[in-house]
Amino acid sequence: MAEKKVRSLDEVTIRFAGDSGDGMQLTGTQFTNTTAILGNDLSTLPDYPAEIRAPAGTLFGVSGFQIHFGSTKIHTPGDQCDVLVAMNPAALKVNLVSLVDGGTIIANTDGFTDKNLKLAGYAQNPLKDGSLDKYQVHAVDISKLTALALQDLNISSKLIDRSKNFFALGMMYWIYNRPLEPTIEWIKSKFTQKPEILEANLRVLKAGWNFGETTEIFSVRYEVGPAKLAPGRYRNITGNQAIAWGLMAAAKKANLDLFLGSYPITPASEILHELSLYKSFSVKTFQAEDEIAGISSAIGASFGGALAATTTSGPGLALKTEAMGLAVILELPLIICNVQRGGPSTGLPTKTEQSDLLQALYGRNGEAPVPVIAAATPSDCFDATFEAARIAVKYMTPVMMLSDGYLGNGSEPWLIPDFNALPEIPAKFVTNPEGFLPYSRDEETLSRPWAIPGTPGLQHRIGGLEKEHLTGNVSYDPENHDKMVRLRAEKIERIANDIPLAQVEGDTEGELLVISWGGTYGAIRTAVNRQRQKGSSVSHLHLRYLNPFPRNLGEILYRFRNIMVPEINLGQLIRILRSKYLVPAIGFDRVRGLPFKSVEIEKEIEDILKGKK
Amino acid sequence: MSTRVDEIVRSSQMIGIPKYIAKDFQSDQDVRWCPGCGDYSILAQTQRVMPDLAIPRHKMVFISGIGCSSRFPYYMNTYGLHGIHGRATAIASGLKIARPDLSVWVVTGDGDGISIGGNHFIHLMRRNLDINVLLFNNQIYGLTKGQYSPTSEMGKVTKSTPYGSIDYPFNPVSLALGSSATFVARSLDRDPKHLQGIIKRAAEHKGTSFVEIYQNCNVFNDGAFFQFTEKETKDDSVVFIEHGKPLIFGKEKDKGIRLHGFSPEVVSLKDGKYSVSDLLVHDEKDTTLSFILADMTYKSHLPRPVGIFLAIDRPVYEDEVEKQIAFAKEKRGEGDIVRLLNSGDTWIVQ
Ligand code: SF4
Repeated sequence: MAEKKVRSLDEVTIRFAGDSGDGMQLTGTQFTNTTAILGNDLSTLPDYPAEIRAPAGTLFGVSGFQIHFGSTKIHTPGDQCDVLVAMNPAALKVNLVSLVDGGTIIANTDGFTDKNLKLAGYAQNPLKDGSLDKYQVHAVDISKLTALALQDLNISSKLIDRSKNFFALGMMYWIYNRPLEPTIEWIKSKFTQKPEILEANLRVLKAGWNFGETTEIFSVRYEVGPAKLAPGRYRNITGNQAIAWGLMAAAKKANLDLFLGSYPITPASEILHELSLYKSFSVKTFQAEDEIAGISSAIGASFGGALAATTTSGPGLALKTEAMGLAVILELPLIICNVQRGGPSTGLPTKTEQSDLLQALYGRNGEAPVPVIAAATPSDCFDATFEAARIAVKYMTPVMMLSDGYLGNGSEPWLIPDFNALPEIPAKFVTNPEGFLPYSRDEETLSRPWAIPGTPGLQHRIGGLEKEHLTGNVSYDPENHDKMVRLRAEKIERIANDIPLAQVEGDTEGELLVISWGGTYGAIRTAVNRQRQKGSSVSHLHLRYLNPFPRNLGEILYRFRNIMVPEINLGQLIRILRSKYLVPAIGFDRVRGLPFKSVEIEKEIEDILKGKK
Repeated sequence: MSTRVDEIVRSSQMIGIPKYIAKDFQSDQDVRWCPGCGDYSILAQTQRVMPDLAIPRHKMVFISGIGCSSRFPYYMNTYGLHGIHGRATAIASGLKIARPDLSVWVVTGDGDGISIGGNHFIHLMRRNLDINVLLFNNQIYGLTKGQYSPTSEMGKVTKSTPYGSIDYPFNPVSLALGSSATFVARSLDRDPKHLQGIIKRAAEHKGTSFVEIYQNCNVFNDGAFFQFTEKETKDDSVVFIEHGKPLIFGKEKDKGIRLHGFSPEVVSLKDGKYSVSDLLVHDEKDTTLSFILADMTYKSHLPRPVGIFLAIDRPVYEDEVEKQIAFAKEKRGEGDIVRLLNSGDTWIVQ
């Protein structure tokens, strides 16, 4: 056996694709964890169909998982993949567009049956007809080799078929020089109750690795060294898990019990699942009968003194609208997490979009402002949620935290924060009946006192009818209503004094400023960085706070000749920037249910700088 | 581990239960229902019962939605939350789960409770949180000035049904039973003694208590229940059901209800054919019987059953929540956030 070459790479993007029953999400997640442990920076994008088990072999049943990792800072899951692992013809067909020219295809030849070829719409087998000549194709009999590895085990052919993804994983571990141990440990802990599955998966995983080692097919192995990340302890985290943990950390800091009222909805359900695990932290999760009950129960819990949250996605947020208004007028703390997905209506449940910004800002009857904070990356969901909780409690207000399907399911390495160094959350219940007025206000924040039932002498009634200033009694007085509307608005505006100023990455003035918000951060940061390396006069500003805006935003905008606002919607933030700051910003919209590619942002930057736009 | 709420709960328990009178439960707000509205009586009976419950008023919370009945919390010197239409039961559920130490009450109406709030209503019943629900049934929308409600009788002419209602009405008692409620009762605004007794029993019941109260809306549906509440007709039109007692009614106590198969029928106790021992004896622990009695409701040949249909024990939701928390803590120890953040596959970057 010839000694195999090892080539060193800065970064690589791999896409695993197969039937939704092929275990591609699991394969991708395992590869991700192992890669994270090796110290690479990374970013992932699961891409799966809305149907749980779409018919096998069909184009719409293809499930994919993309991981972009490297020894440099990684901001996105990768515009295109360098390697495509295709378990069947449909997976190849759907994903070939994402493969770079000259990229590598690793195909499971056993999946390329006549039936599957037909289902995918191939007249001939692409592995044989020369149509893939511009790629490096490695055709491997994955199913057969898997069966071979398991032949002396007395297990069903169904089970054999279901372990083939471990063969692919083992092979990829070999090619990219990753250890098997983390996955071996995982298999052992996961299947303790099912020894035959445990044994099968272990064998197949190792068989895949050995195949790479012994076969002539792969002549090169790749080495991707660890990234230069800030020192500290890391773990991999998805956006949804980060939201759950952000809520728990905030509750702990505030010394309050956490209550989650929620209704299952894609792609936010994992937050409910995650929090349901932590009963030993006194976390109470309530799977309500609907979205409205989800938020209403959270309002009840907040009245009772819990740190209360509700989690949802766009259509669910629409249902929560009226109750959000109630929380605004009650002036009770509440965190509303919206993991955005493609809309309108049911739209694209498993795809990402940024189209709920206007709904988040304005989607309530009456003058009902709420602070809005958006997370930039999967791990940033932790900080954004924690910050939402801090503001909710300090200002006695519902706060909207925006994530999206890409952040929620995507993952990246996370520098685990020092809990003690997290900001304080000043939760305070009033207890003194002397001079107690439910709608009196703190001079600085304008927040009202939190007086919870059970406190002797503080019995009072709150509700959705307009409140009289100070007493909180029902009031229909015109002047009082005007005053209260303004007070509630002013309270939210004042939060601008309590948040960091906006920071420009790059020159603080010049030809072009690109503004991002939410989950497009990574793609836009990558694009701007590359353009700057090419010498372009372009800077980047990422907006974390969408309401209120940082105080210095206007001043920054006026220092640039052009402003570009890429969004995965038809231009929602740009509308607000234009009307608030009267700047002629240029939009860039793509609404495909997918994250931006940084190349398309780069191209747009170039066009603007060349005066083409 | 104690949280800020635990401190409030502890301090609130240190105060003994004051000797209250009904007036102690009156808030400083002017009551603004129409003069003559049945709501006044329900408010007065509730305030009269409160001192007997031995619960400090700062531990009581009244929650409502929207409608005439939903103004109720403003008039109680307790904690209160006047919510949004139909959602009182959902708000109350969250509060009770977060704060099992509180006595939580929902005041609702036929529109708020079982029209717009129907979904939350049935789910509260099945979950069996320890919440008391008082549903003021006036068979009309009062606050929006007189449209038919989900309990209005067929043919009812209102502003939105000029040709008469073609909706078959809900029977709230059957709806509650069908949703697996553990305490279901009916009472009358114009029978203070009975109403007081029922409210007291509802408060004492552990689990969701549902009380339908026939309430006269003298402005938009005056006299809807007069047949069951007024002296002239009441005795012959209502049968008061009481645990362990035979179903007897009539001005002369000369009529009874007997079961013919599964169907109740009216029999005379005067003609010598039947005696008290032939009559149906109420058992409020019997779920099957509760359905039979509830089903008498819209049958014109039968008297309207009033009283406690069902009072059974079933695990209470918030207790189960606490049990799971205690179990998890016993098994895994008190949760430690720093440990959690550092758990799983982690690695160190130097
Ligand atoms: S409208 Fe009817 S129910 Fe409402 S307050 Fe007046 S009388 Fe009472």
